[in-house]
Amino acid sequence: MGHGRWRFLFAALVPALVLHVVFVLSPYAQAFYLSLTDWTGVAGQAHFVGVDNYARLGVDPLFLDAVRNNAIMLLVVPAATIGLGLFLASMLHRGGRGLRGGSAYQIVYFFPQLLSLVIVAVLWGFVYNPNTGLLNSGLRAIGLGALAHSWLAEPRFALAAVMAVLVWSSVGFYVVLFRAAIDGIPGELFEAARLDGAGGWSSFRHVTLPLVRENVQVAFVYLGIAALDGFAVVQVMTVGPGGPDGATEVVGLSLYRTAFSYGKFGYASAMGVALFFATLTLAILALRTGRRERPATRGGQA
Amino acid sequence: MNPTTRPRPYPARRTVLRTAVTASLAAPLLGACVTSGEAGGGAAEGAAKTADNPLGVKADAPLEVVVFKGGYGDEYAIRAESRYTRQYPRARIDHKGLQRVGEAMQPRFVAGDPPDVVDNTGAGRLDVATLVGAGQLGDLGDLLDAPALDQPGKRVRDTLLPGVVDDGTFGGRVVTLNFTYTVWGLWYSKPFFAERGWAYPKTWAEMLTLCAAIRKAGVAPWTYQGKYPEYLNDPLLAVAAKTGGPDLIRAVDNLTPNAWRQPGLTQAATVFAELAGRGYLMAGSEALSHTEAQAAWCQRRAAFLPCGSWLESEQKGVAPAGFDMVMGAVPAAGPGDRLPVTAVQAAGSESFLVPAKAKNPAGGREYLRMLFARESARAFAEANSTLPAVAGATDGLRLGSALGSVRDAVTAAGANTFTYRFRTWYAPLAKAVDDATGELVNRRISPADWSTRIQKAADALARDTSVRKYTR
Repeated sequence: MGHGRWRFLFAALVPALVLHVVFVLSPYAQAFYLSLTDWTGVAGQAHFVGVDNYARLGVDPLFLDAVRNNAIMLLVVPAATIGLGLFLASMLHRGGRGLRGGSAYQIVYFFPQLLSLVIVAVLWGFVYNPNTGLLNSGLRAIGLGALAHSWLAEPRFALAAVMAVLVWSSVGFYVVLFRAAIDGIPGELFEAARLDGAGGWSSFRHVTLPLVRENVQVAFVYLGIAALDGFAVVQVMTVGPGGPDGATEVVGLSLYRTAFSYGKFGYASAMGVALFFATLTLAILALRTGRRERPATRGGQA
Repeated sequence: MNPTTRPRPYPARRTVLRTAVTASLAAPLLGACVTSGEAGGGAAEGAAKTADNPLGVKADAPLEVVVFKGGYGDEYAIRAESRYTRQYPRARIDHKGLQRVGEAMQPRFVAGDPPDVVDNTGAGRLDVATLVGAGQLGDLGDLLDAPALDQPGKRVRDTLLPGVVDDGTFGGRVVTLNFTYTVWGLWYSKPFFAERGWAYPKTWAEMLTLCAAIRKAGVAPWTYQGKYPEYLNDPLLAVAAKTGGPDLIRAVDNLTPNAWRQPGLTQAATVFAELAGRGYLMAGSEALSHTEAQAAWCQRRAAFLPCGSWLESEQKGVAPAGFDMVMGAVPAAGPGDRLPVTAVQAAGSESFLVPAKAKNPAGGREYLRMLFARESARAFAEANSTLPAVAGATDGLRLGSALGSVRDAVTAAGANTFTYRFRTWYAPLAKAVDDATGELVNRRISPADWSTRIQKAADALARDTSVRKYTR
């Protein structure tokens, strides 16, 4: 009996495992190997060059621009998205009393999630158009024409303009996620807080936030990974792309250009491997930080 | 609650390490899969070379042709294929018209199983310098020396427009042949200029005077495709080329020390800094895509636009009736110029190549001989309003204003066409130049900084031993 069961499990799992190894794990492993070669992407041979590609990363000015920009995005995008998401979600909920038409708002917030990121980037490209775009036209219409800028063509605004699009396109999803989490909080807790004289901010600070903590943590990991990417929006929307003058360069874009325009697949693989480790470190750090703090919030048994 | 009994939300350190070790052991084995294609693909035995069959094509060898199916479609390639079939009725032709040639062909090159002819063009094409470096391209020398079809007494080489052969030469071997001929210049609407009484300028001094008048009339003098600063690079580098002549261009392409500090280049940068400084570039141009900038120009919001000769077909349906766009040569910098004002930047595109590991390389070259025949080039020009690389292919054709002006510019230039090769040889340097020019015309760097920055990038490239170098 037991044997038959094991045999069945084995037979059911092995094909899936083999497919996973061949189509998921092996490309990763190949990328690791290729990052140590000078493979051009069109030749049958690749020469082993050791850690040359990695040494090169450290002195490649464009790649360093990309790392800097991704780091800024990593600091800003998750914080802004989660802050905005929590704010809107708690407004929709308002301490358990709910908001009339809350679901309609939720649909509006969620709408950008239905569009492909490329379409979002194209639309925002029109919005940012310096002459006919919605943003500058709006500013001029309300008499703030002096604030109109070439948003995507001025280095001091370009990255912020890109980050605004990333936040805009993802905030709706987190509103829905956080609202579901807040809805799961027993109403009595909010009631008790109200009876104790807590206002909107205090009940958010002391009731809502601690109880949606795990959702926020997961959101941080997801948004962190998204902030380390940013390729599609930058590629479609920005000057150059990646410009002006490297102001919106991201690692994904450097990688793509190095591989497909410059024919340096080995070097591009090194960028990919570096990005992989950055993402992995981020995920481990974010989840580990959460684990240390969790017992403390549940009775201080740390 | 005991934390250790909960499912782990993240991999333990040991798991990560174990996976990493396994992966690093497996990597060389798996990596071998990616690059295992070896130099196989033995070429078909050629037949004897005769007067009728100068390239020695084996009459029954199959031929595989891969063509970029972009703005020009692939009808013209199919027409040349039917001529091939007439000549070699027993040869079976496999034709593929593709949008993304590079993606489709990359694995075929890696596997050592490429087609016999590839039109490596369009977004996502393979980098030619990389292909050359990897020894993937076959020599087209014998094709150029073969007799041209339709033109008795001439070799294929003699029928091509100036610069076409040079464009395909890498390290002394001709490995690509471009079917269309692109000319770069400044575009304007002839009736618009006539109506306002503006005359196309011959020198930069005249250009600046005219720009002042245009601005006074409430029109922006210039716009450009700011999202891609390379569009403005072309006239800038044209001014430099006219000032410094072929020596300046050669120094730039050969990565000669301090090439980017030559007076011709700094002077050209100064000219464009002045154009920007006086406000002659339409406000906001720096953030416009090529479609947006070109549309603004077609709406007469700006007078001049820098672009290559594909502009007319790109603006089909956008340019209003009677807009009658024409291209003029970039004005000269001054009296000391080494090239005449009529000199134009011209180079081929739609680059055809015969892979080194093609199964029927003689057939591939013979196919190109038919494609580059005058009759086939003429049909292409008629259908696509684009100049083919074959000289005289448009003789006697009634051409529209745009193509007519391009042909006139080529005729006026005569032997004085020029092109920079560094864009195809060293793509990363091209990006450095584009970025610097974008900064220059947005007045964030000075012409001196422009030279310094680009020189630094060129020096870094010259030192980089992993990049194969070319000279001309």
